[in-house]
Amino acid sequence: MDFNFTLQQEKFREELREFLTAEVPVEKQEIFGLLTEEQYQFGREINLKLAERKWLAVGWPEEHGGGGKGPIEQGILAEDMGYWRVPKSGSIGLGIVGPAIMVFGTQDQKDQYLPAIAKGEVEYCQGFSEPNVGSDLGSLELRAERDGDEYVLNGSKMFTSYAYHANYMYLLARTDPQAQKHRGISLFIADLKTSGISLTPLPYINGEMAAQTIFDNVRLPLSCLIGEENRGWYHAMTTLDYERSGLWRYANVRRVFDDFVEFCNGSSPDGGQPLAEHPLVRHQLAQRRLGMETWKLLCWNVAWMQSSGAVPNSEASVAFLYGSEERLRFAEMAMEVLGPYATLRNGSPMAPLLGNIEGIHREAMHLHGAGTTEIHRNIIAQRGLGMPR
Amino acid sequence: MDFGLTEQEEILRHSAREFLEAECPTSLVRQAEESGEGHARELWRKIAGLGWLGISLPEQFGGTGGSLTDQTVLFEEIGRALTPGPLLTSSVLAAQIVLIAGNDDQKTALIPGVISGEVILTLARGDRLETASRDGGLTLSGDSLFVPYAGLATNIICATRPAIRAWPDTTLVLVDPKAAGVTMTSMESIANYPQFLVDFDDVPLPDDSVLGQTAEGMQALDLAVRRATVAQCAETLGRAQKVLEMVVEYAGHRVAFGRPIGTFQAVQHRCADLRVAVDGGRMLTYQAAWKLDQGLTADDEVSMAKAQAGMLSRLATEAGHSIFAGISFTVEHDMQLYSARAKISEANLGDTEYHLDRLAAQMGS
Ligand SMILES: Cc1cc2nc3c(=O)[nH]c(=O)nc-3n(C[C@H](O)[C@H](O)[C@H](O)COP(=O)(O)OP(=O)(O)OC[C@H]3O[C@@H](n4cnc5c(N)ncnc54)[C@H](O)[C@@H]3O)c2cc1C
Repeated sequence: MDFNFTLQQEKFREELREFLTAEVPVEKQEIFGLLTEEQYQFGREINLKLAERKWLAVGWPEEHGGGGKGPIEQGILAEDMGYWRVPKSGSIGLGIVGPAIMVFGTQDQKDQYLPAIAKGEVEYCQGFSEPNVGSDLGSLELRAERDGDEYVLNGSKMFTSYAYHANYMYLLARTDPQAQKHRGISLFIADLKTSGISLTPLPYINGEMAAQTIFDNVRLPLSCLIGEENRGWYHAMTTLDYERSGLWRYANVRRVFDDFVEFCNGSSPDGGQPLAEHPLVRHQLAQRRLGMETWKLLCWNVAWMQSSGAVPNSEASVAFLYGSEERLRFAEMAMEVLGPYATLRNGSPMAPLLGNIEGIHREAMHLHGAGTTEIHRNIIAQRGLGMPR
Repeated sequence: MDFGLTEQEEILRHSAREFLEAECPTSLVRQAEESGEGHARELWRKIAGLGWLGISLPEQFGGTGGSLTDQTVLFEEIGRALTPGPLLTSSVLAAQIVLIAGNDDQKTALIPGVISGEVILTLARGDRLETASRDGGLTLSGDSLFVPYAGLATNIICATRPAIRAWPDTTLVLVDPKAAGVTMTSMESIANYPQFLVDFDDVPLPDDSVLGQTAEGMQALDLAVRRATVAQCAETLGRAQKVLEMVVEYAGHRVAFGRPIGTFQAVQHRCADLRVAVDGGRMLTYQAAWKLDQGLTADDEVSMAKAQAGMLSRLATEAGHSIFAGISFTVEHDMQLYSARAKISEANLGDTEYHLDRLAAQMGS
């Protein structure tokens, strides 16, 4: 057992912190529940600067434009960026699309897509969910029909986060409707400028603007197919397990928790005695401190497994499930402790912590990341513990 | 960063599991419980023969000199098998006090015996224990509750309130349980866990009975308690892991409504939640062990691990009794052995609330 980072890893973290301190002033940091266009663009700029130092894809092999380090360094980056509340961008390309292309892509695809991701030049969105399909993703309906040198796509994708900023969509489509449901699906990358693709706005409660993405006779060249035709489901599921440490999400929440503890130690929104002087509040803070620590360790467990060459599967679900529920426990606790002040949004002069608590409570309603909490429990029981279906 | 076990540790785990599966079946656990001693002499002898009682004690006294991580691996297995006997009390908690606070003579007199199993130490605490100087010597008076394994102990370490310097520091003294003025009464605990009320009625103490310096015992006590707490967490973890395996196995073949109950989501999700808690507990426990091994105080880490262990215990108990259902309410079913011992370890060395309080105190500005 070793809970330490190597000296080089510590040095990397130190340099990263220097960089973040210099480049990300407090007023540019993200506030929960509030994502402005300006903030998003600022996040992109930071990514470009990180990429100049080969830090953005620090865990990728150098041949693909990465930093040549591993999942631990990528985890350090995620943890510090999250803690520093850098507005997030590029994560789907870096975390999901890139790793998939590395494993299943052709050399041409690697050359075409990977360096641009590592340089922070492109944004991806993920087209998995559909209006009628969420948890039971294998039943997806969006159709991709082979027509000569092209595939023709018809249907629609739902919950397309980042759609308005994305250059490409990484998507699953049905290529063989006759086959058994998981065996007739293929994986594609679609340039969102292709004619026939249109977006319908779908604002989220956390301030993000997502979309429903409509495909109307969209023609994609064969070179857009990633991996084997009809093996897309399996390709997508294996690569989903790559970047699943969830350290960014953890650190993002941890920062607010730490700020909240500090707030409670020194003040009360109504000017009374510091909140932390109430034994009940102290107790709740300690419970969440324990929860945060557990969450952190479970995330690092995933990163460590990746670094040792193992493919985390139910372990990623353990960390993700724990995180979704811990974030909610914290949000509920902070709301309760602050009383009516917790309902004040960013912008209200009386909002504690810049309205982050009101915002994180909305964010915490997102219990569905990479699968709902029920689906993660199914995965842990069936794949992790081998329980019968 | 490396959350895996070394090859040596894997071997230790494997051999400990094999040994205990063969030598410590639940029938033996029941016998130890029924005897009222909470002890299995034959097993104790074999355990000592394997060197487990000296796993993290120095080689110069006959120990293995292993790390706390080794100790954690071992105690997971000990917990898993519901191993009876004062392993934690004597070979970790009390032995560490002697090791940290004692002088060379005291260590030489006691530690090798702890390792061979012939010496059994226990610890009596409580602020009603007081040492006073009288006729040029020390005497001990007062009583202490919840003293584990006092009935078997060859020596009792008393953490006493010193008379010469102000509370809250502690004087640690060694007491012969057979000395005149020492009386003990069983407290009649859950699963016959041997806990005693020990009364000391002006017990004169020999000159060499103070461990370390008078009124300077607190630090040694704290450190030993921290190490023992980690062992207690490991023991809890092993037990919870075993309960998880038992319910998953049972759910795979018990049939209701024409299918294995393990196909029911309510059952699966309970198991999944226990798995999450086991994984969390493992990370927290090994983190605490590792930090102590690095010579760090690890106050927060130990408290977090122990606070979580209490919650883990409760979750395992609940999952076990709900998935095994009716049969687990019978004495003949083993689940009750696990849930009773869960309560003992939950209460031992500070429960969840106690450790959350400690944690909270560290979080203040
Ligand atoms: C903020 C946000 C961002 C998102 N971003 C994206 C994105 O970028 N790309 C994308 O493709 N998708 C995205 N999604 C969609 C997300 O993946 C889905 O919401 C999720 O997979 C659940 O699907 P659903 O909402 O259709 O719920 P449903 O599948 O309809 O589930 C409804 C309820 O039924 C339960 N349920 C369903 N099946 C089972 C089962 N087998 N066992 C037990 N319970 C079950 C679910 O747990 C849930 O409680 C996003 C969603 C949100 C909220």
